[in-house]
Amino acid sequence: MNLNILIKRILFLVAVVGIWQLIFSAGVLEEIIFPSPLSVWEALYNGFTTGDFLGALGASFRHLFIGLAMAIAFGTVIGVILGKSKQADETAGMYLIAMQSIPSIVWVPLAIMLFGFSEFAVIFVVVLGGTFVMALNVRTAIQSVPPQFIRAARTMGTRGISSFFRVEIPSSVPYFMTGLRLAWAFSWRALMAGELLSNGPGLGYSLAYAQDYARMDQVVAIIVIIGVIGAVVDQFVFSKLEKNVRNRWGLS
Amino acid sequence: MFLQLNDVGKTFEDKEKGEFEVFSNIDLSIDRKEFVSLLGPSGCGKSTLLSMVAGLEHATSGTIQLEDKQIKQAGPDRGMVFQQPSLFPWLNVRDNVTFPLKSTLSKQEAEKRADHFLKMVHLSRFKKHYTYELSGGMQQRVAIARALAMDPKVLLMDEPFGALDEQTRHILHDELIKIWEETQKTILFVTHSIQEAIKLSDRVIVMGTRPGRIIADFNVDIPRPRKRSDERVIELEDKVMNLLKEEINKVLKEELNNELEYSH
Ligand SMILES: Nc1ncnc2c1ncn2[C@@H]1O[C@H](COP(=O)(O)OP(=O)(O)OP(=O)(O)O)[C@@H](O)[C@H]1O
Ligand SMILES: [Mg+2]
Repeated sequence: MNLNILIKRILFLVAVVGIWQLIFSAGVLEEIIFPSPLSVWEALYNGFTTGDFLGALGASFRHLFIGLAMAIAFGTVIGVILGKSKQADETAGMYLIAMQSIPSIVWVPLAIMLFGFSEFAVIFVVVLGGTFVMALNVRTAIQSVPPQFIRAARTMGTRGISSFFRVEIPSSVPYFMTGLRLAWAFSWRALMAGELLSNGPGLGYSLAYAQDYARMDQVVAIIVIIGVIGAVVDQFVFSKLEKNVRNRWGLS
Repeated sequence: MFLQLNDVGKTFEDKEKGEFEVFSNIDLSIDRKEFVSLLGPSGCGKSTLLSMVAGLEHATSGTIQLEDKQIKQAGPDRGMVFQQPSLFPWLNVRDNVTFPLKSTLSKQEAEKRADHFLKMVHLSRFKKHYTYELSGGMQQRVAIARALAMDPKVLLMDEPFGALDEQTRHILHDELIKIWEETQKTILFVTHSIQEAIKLSDRVIVMGTRPGRIIADFNVDIPRPRKRSDERVIELEDKVMNLLKEEINKVLKEELNNELEYSH
């Protein structure tokens, strides 16, 4: 990354924290609803040194990985079926978009009624959060394989199942990566929605817990953690992967 | 005859526009090791005809035979170089060339073979490169190497140099002639450049349009390398040009009439 940009970003962050501190020092707002930067920092520090946050993070990532893995698997299967069969797409494609448009938090009551206040309920919500967006992208991936590639493969004696594995799948990788990035993003949001209403453990649960005890410093600290993880994973894992792939595939 | 088209016709079924006959009654015989160009105005069905020889499209009527065997589907005995880039971007240059060899040769043999043909198109240095790192001309050379690596009986080329600049095209013409002399392949070459057809081929088949059909078949008995300034080349160019002019005028007139009908 450009050093110049890095400096600008750091300065911006410093300015935001500075303004925050100024407002706090002005003393117009009560500390219980407007904690100082320092107390949020302390909440973060204590949370990590006592191991509370790490435990919660561990639980959250466990839910996320299980849920996301299932979402990717289901989404890929559904996407391939809809992408390969016009019949299936005409029949079910529209409902997929409908399902995708349902906010994940809507699934939480259903999950709790099905699985009780358990980790299964959280994972269930995560799976639903990621599956549909993954399926939509895999469908697009399969449908946008250039016919030219399939024709070229046929002239080289490659068709049918062999063409599917040697041409259609590799050709789909860029859209697949987009699907992965979006599935992660949607699953991450679904995870928080699910955990907020769960009985723990998990980062979302810790957030609800801090709210119950009116610990605004902890609430803000956890929001910061959630935001940082979201941004870091997107920037340094999925966006990077996607960009590299698109570059190689000559798409950007 | 080596490659034989008998009374071949093609009609596309279109749900909205109904049937569309590209051409019918095409007869054509091509000898082993012949370099034949198909020349004609846009839309006369050159690509369609080539795709049918490749086995990518079915003939609606008539038969196409290669060494007395009917062509039913695409296969590695007919290599094709497309006008649009059709290399696989997820494979490097060498892996693109070994793609058709995976099922028949060991990895080592396949790579040796690929290297041989990459050398023939002067791209040995770029084996490990990916397609986005190559120019259009280099990509078409890889495509030629890929087709040759299958050791096909016929090489089908659909305006392979259409998208390239004049300079690059001339260099690739010379390369192609050298490769053809070296490998002794039969080449069926589609183009809409009269100069290109005359410069390269043993025979120039001129196609007309509406309906698509063969209107002339010239033997080019001029020793290679052929210069554009050669009188025999110029004479033949004029002949072909006049034939095509008539065809193109016919199309323009027809389109103009259609236009008038529509606007009234
Ligand atoms: N799959 C298809 N369905 C319907 N019509 C088609 C199809 N493919 C080609 N055609 C039509 O057949 C005619 C011949 O097409 P073709 O691509 O063979 O022409 P061409 O001679 O190669 O032209 P150009 O020089 O522009 O490449 C055109 O009118 C085209 O619209
Ligand atoms: Mg064409």
